[in-house]
Amino acid sequence: MNAGAAIAWGFRRDLALAMRSRAEVAIVLAFFLLVTSMFPLGLEPDPALLAKIAPGIAWVAALLASLLGLPRLFAGDHADGSLEQLALADAPLPALVAGKVLAHWVATGLPLVLLAPLAGIQFGLEPAAIGILVATLLLGTPVLAWLGAIGAALTLGTRGGAALLALLVLPLAVPVLVFGAGAVESSRAGLGAQAHLSLLGAGAILSMVFGPFVTALAVRISFE
Amino acid sequence: MIEWLSMGGYAYYVWMSYGALAIAIVAELLVLASRRRRALEQLAQHAQDEAFEEQAA
Amino acid sequence: MAGSGFFKYSSPASFYPLAGRLVPVFGWLAAALTVTGLYIGFVVAPTDFQQGEAYRIIFIHVPAAWMAMFTYLVIAGWSAASFIWNTRLSAMMAQALAPTGAMFAFISLWTGAFWGRPTWGTYWVWDARLTSTLILLFLYIGLMALRATIEDPRRADRACAVLALVGSVNVPIIYFSVQWWNTLHQGASVSLTAAPKMAETMLAGMPVMGLAAWAYTIAAALHRVRSIILEREAHARWTRELVR
Repeated sequence: MNAGAAIAWGFRRDLALAMRSRAEVAIVLAFFLLVTSMFPLGLEPDPALLAKIAPGIAWVAALLASLLGLPRLFAGDHADGSLEQLALADAPLPALVAGKVLAHWVATGLPLVLLAPLAGIQFGLEPAAIGILVATLLLGTPVLAWLGAIGAALTLGTRGGAALLALLVLPLAVPVLVFGAGAVESSRAGLGAQAHLSLLGAGAILSMVFGPFVTALAVRISFE
Repeated sequence: MIEWLSMGGYAYYVWMSYGALAIAIVAELLVLASRRRRALEQLAQHAQDEAFEEQAA
Repeated sequence: MAGSGFFKYSSPASFYPLAGRLVPVFGWLAAALTVTGLYIGFVVAPTDFQQGEAYRIIFIHVPAAWMAMFTYLVIAGWSAASFIWNTRLSAMMAQALAPTGAMFAFISLWTGAFWGRPTWGTYWVWDARLTSTLILLFLYIGLMALRATIEDPRRADRACAVLALVGSVNVPIIYFSVQWWNTLHQGASVSLTAAPKMAETMLAGMPVMGLAAWAYTIAAALHRVRSIILEREAHARWTRELVR
């Protein structure tokens, strides 16, 4: 099986699996909105304050929500042994992994992007700012997906759990957070979000190019 | 001497810093020593177990 | 199984005695450099006009920050070596360096707080260097946590190597992004890197303390790797000969 076919195969398979457990996916989205709702409750519902902190909060919530969905990327296949089969299969593992992560992003990342405007409204963000927020999430969630895939593959089958995964992924995700939330602030300050979006875009491309190979390596390492 | 220790009024800050470093280094040295001791003890245990097995065989 | 030249010491068995001879060398070097550095820092260097005696904290704050950063890169180097040459010992060195690097990262943050309070009024400022060091500390903790969670030592070696390499690629990106973030919000906090100009004699102690920290790290890592070797090579004949 060549790379293209492998990607398509992995994508179709994992997307079908995600569709079958729609509840799991929905929980991630509900978590996202729950987290954003916590902040006004913990602070004060002052509109000016909320609008100011909205981009950062939306981004942190997206980070945490994407962490939540990560274990399901490999856990299911690992449990029933099919991941090992994939590693031994004829098809290139990086391509198979790319298909899986792409499906994972479509099932959990993309919905977050589409849900972001709701969070924006919760915080009284202006439409232009919401637009930038959505754009940053669109570019940033793939990076998070790949960082998370590497983390999930490294911690396959360990007792570490979600906390370990968060500990590994969050520090690496700091640049995405900084540029993602920073883009909205920068555009609000009238400085434009071009630079931020370009950097996020570059990050997305780099993660899509190198992610599959590093993740495949991490998967193989888990089978020692 | 007391004057030097008081660090021009900044004693608290200076000694909390240097004190923390001293504690950290001492702690690290103690942990290093105990790790080595434990490793050697485990090895001795292994060697003993092996000797018994050889005897039994 | 001794090879020749450089690779002669790449087997744990031959590296163990070499490391044993080097530990006291670097240990005493560290002690001597520390005494010298502290002498320069406390006796030779004059009192700062603005910060008073509090500025003397930089003699450990800055070297600790340097070491934390440098050690992480060295860990990445050993991790790369463990992949390229498939040597257990390279991975063991990476494993041995992490705790000391984490210690220096923590000390850098702690001393930064106690320097910041008298100088700028708060225990913590979100300046670029301190924030990056905080993230670096989390990277270290992640490395050690991953090592602790994976039971098979060889799998742990390789997983930690991947993590260290991914992390080291990220470190400059993290630093750059935090710099950007910090300059964007300048005015909210004072940067520790914008410290007032200090006289040369005042700063002379820093490189000496930096070297002291470097020598100490080598001594501690070599000592630790010896224990790691004993732990992981327990099945080998030569280790059991040691305790006989």
